[in-house]
Amino acid sequence: MGNSRSFRKIIPPAACLLGFLALWQAAVSLFAIEAWILPSPLAIFQEMAAEWPRLMGHAAATVRLTLLGFAAGTAAGLGLAALLHLIPGARAGLYPLLVLTQNVPVIVLGDLLVIWFGFGVLPKLILLILVCFFPVSVSMLSGLQQADPKLIHYMRMIGADKRQLFWKLELPGALSHLFSGLKIAASYCVIGAIYAEALGSNEGLGFYIRLSSNGWETSRVFAGILIIVLFSLLLFGVIALIERYSIRWKVRKEGGV
Amino acid sequence: MTDFALEITGIGKTFSEGRGAKRVLGDVSFHVKEGEFVSIIGPSGSGKSTLFHLIGGLERPTSGEIRMDGRLVTGERGRIAYMPQSASLLPWLTVRANIVMALTIAGLDRHEAESQTSEWLARVGLAGEADAYPDTLSGGMQQRVSFLRALLSPQRLMCLDEPFGALDALTRLHMQTWLLSLWEADRRSVLFVTHSIEEALLLSDRILVLSPSPACVAREIEVPFARPRSESLWTDPLFNELKLEIYDMLKPTDGRSPLTGKR
Ligand SMILES: Nc1ncnc2c1ncn2[C@@H]1O[C@H](COP(=O)(O)OP(=O)(O)OP(=O)(O)O)[C@@H](O)[C@H]1O
Ligand SMILES: [Mg+2]
Repeated sequence: MGNSRSFRKIIPPAACLLGFLALWQAAVSLFAIEAWILPSPLAIFQEMAAEWPRLMGHAAATVRLTLLGFAAGTAAGLGLAALLHLIPGARAGLYPLLVLTQNVPVIVLGDLLVIWFGFGVLPKLILLILVCFFPVSVSMLSGLQQADPKLIHYMRMIGADKRQLFWKLELPGALSHLFSGLKIAASYCVIGAIYAEALGSNEGLGFYIRLSSNGWETSRVFAGILIIVLFSLLLFGVIALIERYSIRWKVRKEGGV
Repeated sequence: MTDFALEITGIGKTFSEGRGAKRVLGDVSFHVKEGEFVSIIGPSGSGKSTLFHLIGGLERPTSGEIRMDGRLVTGERGRIAYMPQSASLLPWLTVRANIVMALTIAGLDRHEAESQTSEWLARVGLAGEADAYPDTLSGGMQQRVSFLRALLSPQRLMCLDEPFGALDALTRLHMQTWLLSLWEADRRSVLFVTHSIEEALLLSDRILVLSPSPACVAREIEVPFARPRSESLWTDPLFNELKLEIYDMLKPTDGRSPLTGKR
């Protein structure tokens, strides 16, 4: 891919964004909208600069919580997927229940977790694990199931045992599925962390936004949101980068012979 | 009694199908001598692949036994080098890594597998493709890699199930002569399934003709041509005589094409 080509692809959305901001700025001053209802972009950036040290402190807490939850949730999801895949009959018995649990709104669990575990890190972490593990384990499981029957047949014919089949064929074949699950899990995880912090905490962007909104400091709310969006994008980008690095082969859609 | 590379005695296979049963292999007996190239020809659906699955240990025969080098190996896996119809290369491994993986699964030491693979890739002129991923190669090239992978596998017996069935006629011809030159230089015991009578005549020492279901070995034909062989064999009158003979054997009685089963 040429650098100039990917650069050219960025221009249209960037231009649209700039246009939108300009329109927003103009509307706020034209209709004299009060800052506590809708601050102008410039006001938001000014507030952001003024609040920068505090914002970064809260952002660090959010990043820590998100990454911890993401790692733990991913580990739980991968472990569960491997167990369901490798233990005969486990998938048939547990997978439908797994899907069933996803009908419980995780948000409701937040309150329960606070009742059970108080306001420390533990209930937040549990919430994030609950949010994270499902997309990871489901994508992993479907990836493991999708191994090419011809390749399975070949591997068995040359005498590969179940363990070799898993490590050499099923697992590498499931990687691209896994990464799409990881991307979903990452964005769930950021949302989950913000929610958990708003629920009960004294640090983190979720807490900062709740505090600011209680004090009608709308531009600070916007500043917090902006940081969250940037963090979310960054996380997504890092995962996409790791994906690109670890999946270097390309499967032709028509398939070979 | 001399030990054969492969000795099949009275193999039968019946699949249960719903409430009924489907008898695919009736009573199949044959052998492959050490260093011999034996082809199996038979109508589609006569159970050639099923026979391979039995030899590979994926299924157990309903009756009969399989011996290799005199040892009873019925139902044991990992005793054959295998080349299927589709190249079956793992897309995330390079050509070299694909071959090395198969060799290590067969029990070869990793270093030895690597040095052997590199040496042979160079010897057959595939050194340039060693670090390519399979999906960037043509079908013929993939089959070459797949054949080399089977050739380098430490098991003595190679089982090739219609390895060139999916290739176009010209590539197929190239592959046949390529395989012939490699095999004649390093004679392994080979069991080879094909639908092409010419291919079987060109390559093999012996041809087994299977009868339709339930299958058994209907005829056995010694192929008398001296080695090394080349495609000039095609002009040999005896070649055409044998070809017609086998063709007649496979001729259906109900007007269906003998090899494809289609009208
Ligand atoms: N696991 C199975 N269960 C039931 N029937 C089976 C099974 N495997 C194969 N068969 C049947 O056995 C018969 C022989 O199949 P097989 O694939 O061995 O034929 P073949 O000679 O290799 O055919 P082709 O030349 O088309 O490759 C077919 O009718 C098939 O439906
Ligand atoms: Mg077959």
